[in-house]
Amino acid sequence: MALPSPDEIKAQIEAGVPGASVTIIQNGSPSGQHSLLLDHAHAGGVAKFLRDHAEWRLDYCTLVTGVDWPDTETSEKVKVKKLVKGADGTESEQEVDEVRKTKVPGFLEAVYHLYSMEKKHGPVVLRLRTGNRTDDTRVPSLTPVWRGAEFQEREAFDLYGIVFEGHPDLRRILMWDGFKDYPMRKDYVAPADEIPLVEARTPAPGQETHG
Amino acid sequence: MADELKELKIELSKNGIFTTTLEELYNWGRKNSVWPLTFGLACCAIEMIATTMARYDLARFGAEVFRPSPRQADLIIVSGTVTKKMAPQVVRLYNQMPEPKYVIAMGACAISGGPFRDGYNVLKGIDRYIPVDVHIPGCPPRPEALIHAFMTLQNKIEEQALAGSARPRHLQKDLPSEFPVPEFGEHGLEPPQNDLVFHDAPGYPVSHPDLKVIQ
Repeated sequence: MALPSPDEIKAQIEAGVPGASVTIIQNGSPSGQHSLLLDHAHAGGVAKFLRDHAEWRLDYCTLVTGVDWPDTETSEKVKVKKLVKGADGTESEQEVDEVRKTKVPGFLEAVYHLYSMEKKHGPVVLRLRTGNRTDDTRVPSLTPVWRGAEFQEREAFDLYGIVFEGHPDLRRILMWDGFKDYPMRKDYVAPADEIPLVEARTPAPGQETHG
Repeated sequence: MADELKELKIELSKNGIFTTTLEELYNWGRKNSVWPLTFGLACCAIEMIATTMARYDLARFGAEVFRPSPRQADLIIVSGTVTKKMAPQVVRLYNQMPEPKYVIAMGACAISGGPFRDGYNVLKGIDRYIPVDVHIPGCPPRPEALIHAFMTLQNKIEEQALAGSARPRHLQKDLPSEFPVPEFGEHGLEPPQNDLVFHDAPGYPVSHPDLKVIQ
């Protein structure tokens, strides 16, 4: 049995888990693989609901990954009425294009891909978002629901700095414990350990070293 | 050896008399029984394994006995990507080998970091921490390239003097046989290179006469 549409899944989740709010994130590409954004308070409940659903049985979490959405600045052109001094010195009201810039704060995102081994269908894509990229980088861990997510959540913690609350053993997994950076973030800068370039010097006559 | 002695030796051998020197005999024995360490890091290790198998047969060069302990090995073939997390272990293995010991850096990653050079987790060449005798380019190098590197190393061993100022490191009491193991820092390995080994580092004289630093 194929999975129902994301709207149907959303409706069933919201009916089955009281208080849960699910937002559908549209995917505009030809695959049309829309995903479900969960709220932190009910993420665990929704995960259990999806896993134990009699028809869907999403018992297998194949993938957990992180996504870094840096702070962005959007600019749009707005027509504004303004007093403009003309060439002859008189002021007149004219429509002027003005660029308005708005800062959109970034966040980190954990993405889960769910399949069903039993029903042989999938994927259902879940997303969890942090408050920001600096001091509020917490999302609830789904490892208690899908045990296989443990190492992948550790990887997302290691490389993106997403803190999974409720994870049984949240430590760095690829980099060493004393490492301070999050290398997969967009603004990561690797340490400057390059050496100056060397180029071949033409040997002076009689000083050739080869041959 | 002086040219006259070489000619005399050839002349004697034409007449059925074999002569040699202790140095030649000693180096002949050493170069034909170089035991590598059983040690592979990445895809280059697969080529290294292929080199030891029947088709390429590294045993022809006396190097078929891969030793599972650094205490019994003469050669470490750094075959593959050295991640920053692995680099201290590679240096430690090298330190645990008895002198005389040799290093072949096999493949683009081992000599420079290769395609991962701009990444956050790969060491930009093992020659930052241990002295490398032969570098092999390639990604991965074919078994023939490893055999060529091995023969280059054999030639190097053959030419090593047992006495005099040009004698190799393991015969000079003041030169180190162990090198500092880098430590895990907050942003990368500390130090990023060992200046005493990595001759082309900033503040250190450029080792090769044909190279100069671009300012």
